[in-house]
Amino acid sequence: MTLPELVCPAGSLPALKAAVDNGADTVYIGLKNDTNARNFAGLNFDDKSARSGIDYARARGRKVLMAINTYAQGGNVSRWHRAIDEAADLGVDAVILADLGLMDYAVRRHPDLRLHLSVQGSATNYEAVNLARELFGIRRAVLPRVLTLDQVRHVIEHTDVEIEVFGFGSLCVMVEGRCLLSSYATGESPNTHGVCSPAKHVRWEHGETSLDARLGGVLIDQYGKDEPAGYPTLCKGRFAVQGDTYYALEEPTSLNVMAMLPQIIDIGVAAIKVEGRQRSPAYVSQVTRTLRAALDAAGREAQRFSVRPAWQQELGKLSEGQQQTLGAYNRPWK
Amino acid sequence: MRVPELTVPTRLARLLGRLPATPPAWLLVTSLNQLVKRGVLPADMELLAERRFEVRLVDAGVSLRFAADSRRFILDRQPGEPDLRLSANVADFARMMLREEDPDTLFFNRKLSIEGDTELGLIVKNLLDSVDWHETPLARFMAS
Ligand code: SF4
Repeated sequence: MTLPELVCPAGSLPALKAAVDNGADTVYIGLKNDTNARNFAGLNFDDKSARSGIDYARARGRKVLMAINTYAQGGNVSRWHRAIDEAADLGVDAVILADLGLMDYAVRRHPDLRLHLSVQGSATNYEAVNLARELFGIRRAVLPRVLTLDQVRHVIEHTDVEIEVFGFGSLCVMVEGRCLLSSYATGESPNTHGVCSPAKHVRWEHGETSLDARLGGVLIDQYGKDEPAGYPTLCKGRFAVQGDTYYALEEPTSLNVMAMLPQIIDIGVAAIKVEGRQRSPAYVSQVTRTLRAALDAAGREAQRFSVRPAWQQELGKLSEGQQQTLGAYNRPWK
Repeated sequence: MRVPELTVPTRLARLLGRLPATPPAWLLVTSLNQLVKRGVLPADMELLAERRFEVRLVDAGVSLRFAADSRRFILDRQPGEPDLRLSANVADFARMMLREEDPDTLFFNRKLSIEGDTELGLIVKNLLDSVDWHETPLARFMAS
């Protein structure tokens, strides 16, 4: 039995090394611009750091993927084309694309470049996955976190494209790849600018008794003195609705599929992805080390597998929000 | 090596708080400039120039203020609010620097507070994250 690939995030060279050193099979990175969905000041790779990262991973038999997963914006498509050319030139193991126009460009220009369909491409059924396969020869698709485990199995059974699922990290509200919420407060959103809640629009205000989070001037949450905080995204704000103030859209939670690893292996998932290119090398080390141990144990123990308390504790501490969830994977909906 | 769960005792803090903050701030500025010079800290000084910073060691009662020009870090002796203020206890700063703890984790748990220009905060955080300690003699102190 082959275990799914463990795919870990890196926003910097030390994070890439941390992922490799702690047992990632594959690391995914992005360039320093809006061609990827973590376009944050000071984050990501330039040509030099990307080259040393790729060398470091290769020397240890690991793979590096490049995320170019925003949608090319009118009038400036060349920046996205250049990013694809650069990825091909660097010799990454695959590019992760969402925009079908860019897929078309990649296939024509770099026929040997392996293509993965990004989660931002929002393909939730096998017809969509197979269409991208027919048109552009994609080799892998990353499924949005909206499917139950049974639905994931259904996709896998009807395609020969490899299927990658999310295993750990902060959750988006369940409309992945289609969310424009952040645009309402800031004019920028993940698909268009590579950021949800860009930092230049975020303000943390320290009051007498509370910490206020403002996005584009709009108050989106207020934390009591020692109350855990989260990322300042609109979907996870607390809003006054008909006299009640609560998480009207989504509570800040983190996805953690550890308990389901045997089933995930069983249905033939090709790769498990960890969210968090914006996090530091410390996070990458801790998550990678823990999931490596859990995945290996699940491979050995199959149905006898149980989550060790120490793993749960390690991952719990890193999570956004007070709770962890299996997300859509175990929802009863059909 | 793990940083133990300690806070600076109040009495010591009271004493520390009364000492002038210039020598430690000077030490910080000098070390930062050394790291930049040796290419360890890949700082894009353009992004930091003319900005003013404050690192507040809450339990020690010490505030270190510094600024940057387009070439290096300098002491900041002007009154007034800094552009960015980072506050945490000494042990949590140490955990962050030694990569035992992720700044976002500390932030979620309200052990690290960020005030002022959030984007500048992100630049500083990502700058610290991109330091490759593997390449320095400090490597053996770092959490793996
Ligand atoms: S607003 Fe929420 S759901 Fe939308 S992109 Fe941002 S994090 Fe995801």
